[in-house]
Amino acid sequence: MDTTLPGRSRLPIRARLATTVGGAAATVSRLAGKGDGSVIGGVISLRLEPDLLSLLAAGRQVVLVTGTNGKTTTTRLITAALSALGQPIASNVYGANMEAGLTSALSRAPDAPLAVLETDEKYIPPMIKATQPKVVVLLNLSRDQMDRAAEIWMLARRWREALAAAPGCRVVANADDPLVAWAASAASAVTWVAAGQRWREDSWCCPNCGAHLLRDGDEWTCRECGNRRPPVSWVLSDGNVVDPAGRSQPLGLALPGRANASNAVIALAVAEAFGVGVDSALAQMRGVTSVAGRYTQVQRRGTEVRLLLAKNPAGWLEALDVMVPAPVPVLLAVNAQTPDGRDTSWLWDVDYRRLRGRPVLVGGERRMDLAVRLEADDVAFRLVDSIDDAVDVARSPRLEVLANYTAFQQYRAVVGRTE
Amino acid sequence: MRLVWIYPDLLSTYGDRGNLLVLERRARLRGLPVEVVEVNSDQQVPLDGDIYLMGGGEDLPQVLATRRLQADGGLHEAVRQGAVLFAVCAGYQMLGTEFGGADGQPLPGLGVLDISSCRGERRGVGEILADVDPELGVPRLTGFENHQGVTRLGRDVKPLARVVTGVGNGDGTEGAYSGRVLGTYLHGPALVRNPGLADLLLTWAAGQQLPPLPPPAEELALRLRDERLAAVPVQ
Repeated sequence: MDTTLPGRSRLPIRARLATTVGGAAATVSRLAGKGDGSVIGGVISLRLEPDLLSLLAAGRQVVLVTGTNGKTTTTRLITAALSALGQPIASNVYGANMEAGLTSALSRAPDAPLAVLETDEKYIPPMIKATQPKVVVLLNLSRDQMDRAAEIWMLARRWREALAAAPGCRVVANADDPLVAWAASAASAVTWVAAGQRWREDSWCCPNCGAHLLRDGDEWTCRECGNRRPPVSWVLSDGNVVDPAGRSQPLGLALPGRANASNAVIALAVAEAFGVGVDSALAQMRGVTSVAGRYTQVQRRGTEVRLLLAKNPAGWLEALDVMVPAPVPVLLAVNAQTPDGRDTSWLWDVDYRRLRGRPVLVGGERRMDLAVRLEADDVAFRLVDSIDDAVDVARSPRLEVLANYTAFQQYRAVVGRTE
Repeated sequence: MRLVWIYPDLLSTYGDRGNLLVLERRARLRGLPVEVVEVNSDQQVPLDGDIYLMGGGEDLPQVLATRRLQADGGLHEAVRQGAVLFAVCAGYQMLGTEFGGADGQPLPGLGVLDISSCRGERRGVGEILADVDPELGVPRLTGFENHQGVTRLGRDVKPLARVVTGVGNGDGTEGAYSGRVLGTYLHGPALVRNPGLADLLLTWAAGQQLPPLPPPAEELALRLRDERLAAVPVQ
């Protein structure tokens, strides 16, 4: 592997110039306080050398991680697991997950033989082409920001076509998500993981033929075309991972919730493809406590505040599961800026009834949308103007905060970045 | 009051449940007993519903749902017997004689409304405002649209509204209605910001004027409605 290391000096001169200029732009952007600079750096580099991503990826072992939810956390868990190999790893840790972000992550780590790259679900086909990945991870697929994203049946079809055209790559996929399984089954080599599926509203029907699926526990079968859940080799079972040899052990993650346990089992299956065993991988993964500010606990005016980020109905469903139970108060916050999706319709796909009887506070730029939604579910709440207002109103030693993307960033800016 | 949601397994793309919840709540607040029936695509459409709801869907589910409803025949029969039918987005297009399939090819619709749709040049995505046919006595519509359909209205239907901001049917009109069948491009939970439209459907189904809701029960919905009306520029 070391003999094929990309190394900056092996790049053609224009590509080297492109990474230097892009890196400088990123530094300027960072110093100006505009995020981590990876997008602007990547954009400028790519303008100078449009093939930069494939040049930078050549000779490395690349993992692409995609899905509607859990991309950032899973990328982080895989990176942690592969750190057991003792080699540098390139990764877009802050979630810049389109071509510019991937390019920037690779150009910042020219000597890393490994790369774990979170990839936007819409860009998987061209990113597979450009990076020739060793492994593609498919987590889940559900409705998300449809005012700007593609429809998910269409996305599944595009994944399927891209994987069919990439015979050298192994797919690690969640067998419990019928759309994901259908897309992955076109690949030449698949590691199937029973990672669970909490949100089912987008997979009642067969992605292959459209018939209503028969569901029995985790099993799913199509009576009309025979499409069914593939046999799995890794299983998530009550917080334990069961490996292909049938050995079961507790995950023992620091990260909370079923969704992260599911991400972790998928990360373990990826680690195995790199020769990292469950024990060494888990030892590293257990050290991950917070991912780009998510799950961070901070003190604010004497209240311990925990921030959860979720962007769509499936994510909110999982996040509501993760919350510390009543009587700890909950602050829910929703914005509808471009990165969030301008349409708040998705609020009506989440079932809030489990919040009945606990203190609920509602904030964010679109708090009225959420207020009307909660009223329809008979959940009592109070409107708040800011996170500090929420802390004051809650008057509780703890406060759980669930916010969508820009609402989360706004709160995080107030309570301070801790990473 | 029997509310029947048609094919949530195929036609529930973005918050379509909202329409069911709004109708259910507004009926209950007036003391009307409500029963909700969710009919999946492998089940028969019951004939005894008072209000039938159809949501949005992606191209392929839209085609599948149309095929199944055509074979089932229950929805046609219920409408013939005078049931109320409210359809949004993909559901609205399906009610017509024709709509554009996954590759834009014309496909036969259910023929319940005299409209015909095809795929347009551009996707219409964003907030929409439209002024409702005065005969219906419903205030200005506010909602969100996300579709690429262009819909032509035939002689047997009337436009539901005139577009103030947004795209709608593509010719300045928005939605269509005939008798007690009403369709709109306002997608997902269209009734949430338009309680007047929800009450129109309930009134049709009840066959009589309904008492107004006590003001506190309306306060949040009206605040949201006013906020959105104020936030969207009139073109």
